[in-house]
Amino acid sequence: MSSPTHAHHPAYVKIWAVLVVLLMVSVLGPLTGIRWLMLLLAFGIAVVKAYLVAKNFMHVNIEQRWIAYLLIVSLALIVVLFAGVAPDVMKHRGLHWENRAAQQAVEAGAHAAGPAHE
Amino acid sequence: MSSKPIATSRSAAGLPTARLVTWWVIASEIFIFGGLLASYVMHRLGHPEWAAQAAHTHTWAGALNTFVLLTSSLFAVLAHKAADSGDGARAARFLRLTALGGTTFLCIKAFEWTHEIEAGFVLSSGGFWSFYYTAAGLHGLHVLAGVIIMLFFAADAARNEELQRVECIGIYWHFVDIIWIFLFPLLYIAR
Amino acid sequence: MSAEAHHAEPGFFRKYLFSTDHKMIAMQYLFTGMIMAVIGGYLAYVFRMQLAYPSQQVPGYGVVSPNEYNSLVTMHGTIMIFWVAMPVLLAAFGNFLIPLMIGCDDMAFPRINRLSYQVFFLSAVVLLASFLVQGGAFGGAWTSYPPLSAKGAYNLTPVGASMWLVAVALEFVAFLLGGINFVVTTMNGRAPGMKMYDIPIVVWMIVLATIMFMFSVGPLIAGAVMLLFDQLLGTGFYDPGRGGDPLLWQHLFWFFGHPEVYVVLLPALGIVAEVVAVFARKKLFGYKTILHTAWAVWVLSFVVWAHHQFVAGIDPRMANVFSITTLLISIPLAEMVFVYIATLYGGSIRLATPMLWALAFMAEFLIGGVTGIFLGASGTDIYFHDTYFVVAHFHYTFVPIAIIAVFAGLTYWYPKMFGRMLNETLGKIHFWGSIITFNVIFIPLFITGTAGDQRRIYSYAQFAEQARPALQHLRVVSTLALLVFIAFQLIFVFNFLWSLRHGQRAEANPWMANTLEWTVPSPPPHGNFADMPTVYRGPYEYATPGRREDFWPQNVPN
Ligand SMILES: [Cu+2]
Repeated sequence: MSSPTHAHHPAYVKIWAVLVVLLMVSVLGPLTGIRWLMLLLAFGIAVVKAYLVAKNFMHVNIEQRWIAYLLIVSLALIVVLFAGVAPDVMKHRGLHWENRAAQQAVEAGAHAAGPAHE
Repeated sequence: MSSKPIATSRSAAGLPTARLVTWWVIASEIFIFGGLLASYVMHRLGHPEWAAQAAHTHTWAGALNTFVLLTSSLFAVLAHKAADSGDGARAARFLRLTALGGTTFLCIKAFEWTHEIEAGFVLSSGGFWSFYYTAAGLHGLHVLAGVIIMLFFAADAARNEELQRVECIGIYWHFVDIIWIFLFPLLYIAR
Repeated sequence: MSAEAHHAEPGFFRKYLFSTDHKMIAMQYLFTGMIMAVIGGYLAYVFRMQLAYPSQQVPGYGVVSPNEYNSLVTMHGTIMIFWVAMPVLLAAFGNFLIPLMIGCDDMAFPRINRLSYQVFFLSAVVLLASFLVQGGAFGGAWTSYPPLSAKGAYNLTPVGASMWLVAVALEFVAFLLGGINFVVTTMNGRAPGMKMYDIPIVVWMIVLATIMFMFSVGPLIAGAVMLLFDQLLGTGFYDPGRGGDPLLWQHLFWFFGHPEVYVVLLPALGIVAEVVAVFARKKLFGYKTILHTAWAVWVLSFVVWAHHQFVAGIDPRMANVFSITTLLISIPLAEMVFVYIATLYGGSIRLATPMLWALAFMAEFLIGGVTGIFLGASGTDIYFHDTYFVVAHFHYTFVPIAIIAVFAGLTYWYPKMFGRMLNETLGKIHFWGSIITFNVIFIPLFITGTAGDQRRIYSYAQFAEQARPALQHLRVVSTLALLVFIAFQLIFVFNFLWSLRHGQRAEANPWMANTLEWTVPSPPPHGNFADMPTVYRGPYEYATPGRREDFWPQNVPN
C-alpha cells in the first residue's frame, strides 16, 4: 500500500504562522490581569496548537483512522488515572479522612510569600 | 544481517512498518509524560501556594523556546515533504536545521536553568521546582535523543537512503513539540 | 545454556550471545528466567525455613536476621514477577511463537529485539548485585511504598533500594523495546491470507498483554524516577511534610501493578487455549468469544487498581467504585474458563503432560479467582488485607500463571524448540508431584491468614495469639511441602536436560496441530520457513466432518 501522505502537503508555512500568532496571544494572556481569561487562553490555545500540529504536521488526518483512536484511548486512560488518583491527592479531606500535612503546607505557604527554601 | 527480514517489509496492517512503530512509541510515551503531568496537575491544584514558586520562572525564555520548537517542527515537516519528492539532499538539509533548532532549545534551557540555580531554586527547593526540573528535564532528554537520531537519519538521507525514516523522526519530533506546547502553560504561564 | 559442541566455532558469540534471531533471543529469555526462578525459589526456601523453624540455622544459608528476612521476601516477590513470569511468559514465548505462528522469518526489528534482551540482562545483573552492597538487597517489599522505600533510615537498605528501582526501570525499558516489536510484527508481518480472526489465540493474548503493559507502565516509569529523586536528590514528591503525597506512589504502582497480573495471565490463558484445542482434538469453542472477552478484561483491568489500597487511606467512596469494577472483572474471566471447558466437552481428550498442566491451570486458577472475591470487596478486604490469606490467594493466581501454564507451554513446545520429545513418564511424575505439593503449601496459608497471621513478619514468637502450636504446625506443613515441591522440580530439570540429547527425535508436527510453527522442522532453521506460507483458514480446525485427517493445518490449501 502506498503512503497516503504522498500527494497531500498543505501550506506548512501558513500553519506555522498561525501557530506563532497563537503562541503570542497565549504569552500576552497574563497581561490582561484576569486569571480565568489567562488560564483559558493558555490552555485553550495549547489544545488548539496541539491539534494543528497533530493534524497537519503529523498527518493524523490522513493516517489510518485507528491511529487517531489509539491516541485518543491513550489520553482517555490518562484521564482515568487522573480521575482515580486526584480524589486522594488533590483533595485534602474527604469522607472520614483529612490530610493534615497537606493542609499545613498550604497554610504555611499562604502566609510566607516567596519560595519555600530549606 | 545486512538484508532486512521479510517481517519488516510486510505491511498487513496497511501502513509501513517504520511508521507503525513510530506511532506505538508515541503511544507509550504518552503514558510516561501523561503519568508525570497528571501527578503534577493534581498536586498543583491541591497546593495553591506553589504559585509563589512558579512566579519565578522566566516566561519569555519559555515562550522563545516554544517558538524555536515550533519552527524546528516546520523544518521537520518540510524535510518530510522533500523526502516524499525523492530529494534526499534537501531532506537532509531540513533535518539538520531541525536538529539545530533542537540544539538551540537545549542551549536556551541550559541558560535558563543556570540562572534559576544561581538564584537558589534547585530540584529540592519545593514541590513546584521538583516537578519543574523533572518534567522539563525528561522532555529535554527527548529533545536530545531526537537531535542525535535526526543527525544519523540526515546522513542517510543525504545519500538518498532510508528516506522513509525522515517522516518517522518528524512524527516523533512533532510529538516532542506537542509535549512542550503543554509544558509551556503548565510551568510558565499558570501561576 | 546447554554445553553444545559449538565452542570451537568462530560464530559462538554471534550465535548464542549476540544473535538477532528471534528463537535464540527467546532461549536467552527462557534460560535467564529459569535461572532467576531458581534464585527466587531459593529465597522462598530460606524464609519459609525461618518461619517454620525461627532463628535456627537454615541449611545452605545460615541464621536469618530480621533485616535479611525483609530482603528475602522483597527479592523473592520482585524476582518471581519481574524476572521470571515476565521474561518467560511474555518475552520467551512471545519471541519464539510470534514469528513462527504468524508465518514470517523474524521480528520486524531484530536488532532492537537483541537490545531488549541485553537491557534485560543488565537489569538482572543490577538486581543480583544489590545482594552484595552495604546493607544488602532492598527490604521494603516488592511494592516499594514510600516513605519506607524513600528513606534509607527506614528501610535500612539505602543502596539496595536505589539499585532495586534502577533494575526495575531497566527491566521496563527492556520490555517496552521487546513489546513494541511484538505488536508491530504481529500487525504488519502476518503471512498472506492470515486475517484478524485467523491469528492463534496465544499470539492475540501475548499482543494484548503487551499493549496492556505498554499502557500501564508509563506512569510508573515516571513515578520511579520521582521515587529515585526522593531517595537520592532530596526531593519530596512522596513526602507529605513537603507537599508531596505517599498515596500517589501507591496509585501509580497499582495502576501498573494490577494490569500486570493480566499481562502475565493473558499469555497463560493463550497457552492453555492452544493446548486444550490440540489435546481435545476439537475446534476451540468460541474463538471470537474468547477474543472479545479478552478485550473486556483488557479494558476493565485499567479501572480496578485501587482495590490494593482499600486500607491505605483512599476515600471510601472511591473504594466502592473500585469494589464494583473488581467484582465485574471476574465475569469475563469466569466466562473464559467456561469456554475452555466447553471445548473439552465431547472432545477425544488425550491426557499427555501438556494437557494435564492445562487442565490443572483451570482448576487451580479457579481457586485463585474465587478467593479473590473476598479481597476485591472492600468490606471483607479490611479484615483480610495484608494477611497470609492474601499471600495464598496471590499464589493461587500466580503459580498457575507463571509455573503451571509455563509448564503446559514448555512441555507442549519443547519438541519444536529443541527437536526432541520430553520423557512422558518423568513428565507425569513431575506434574503430580508439583500439583499436590503446591496445594499443600498454600492451603495452610489460607487458614493461618484467616486466623490473623500478618504477612512480612519475621517471627510469630512475639505474638501470643499467633504463636499457638496449631498455627505453627500449619506453617511447618507449608514449609515441608515447599521442600518436596522443590525436590520434584529437580525431576523436571533432569528431564529437560536429559531429553535435549537423549529424547526421542521430534518430527515437524508430533502433536498433529494446525498452527504454522508445526509446519517447519523441529527445531526451526534460521529464517523459519523454506517457502513463506500462505494461510487459508483459522488455527483450530480439528475433527472437521468429511476430512480424512482430524486436523487441518492453516497453510494447506484444501
Ligand atoms: Cu489487583
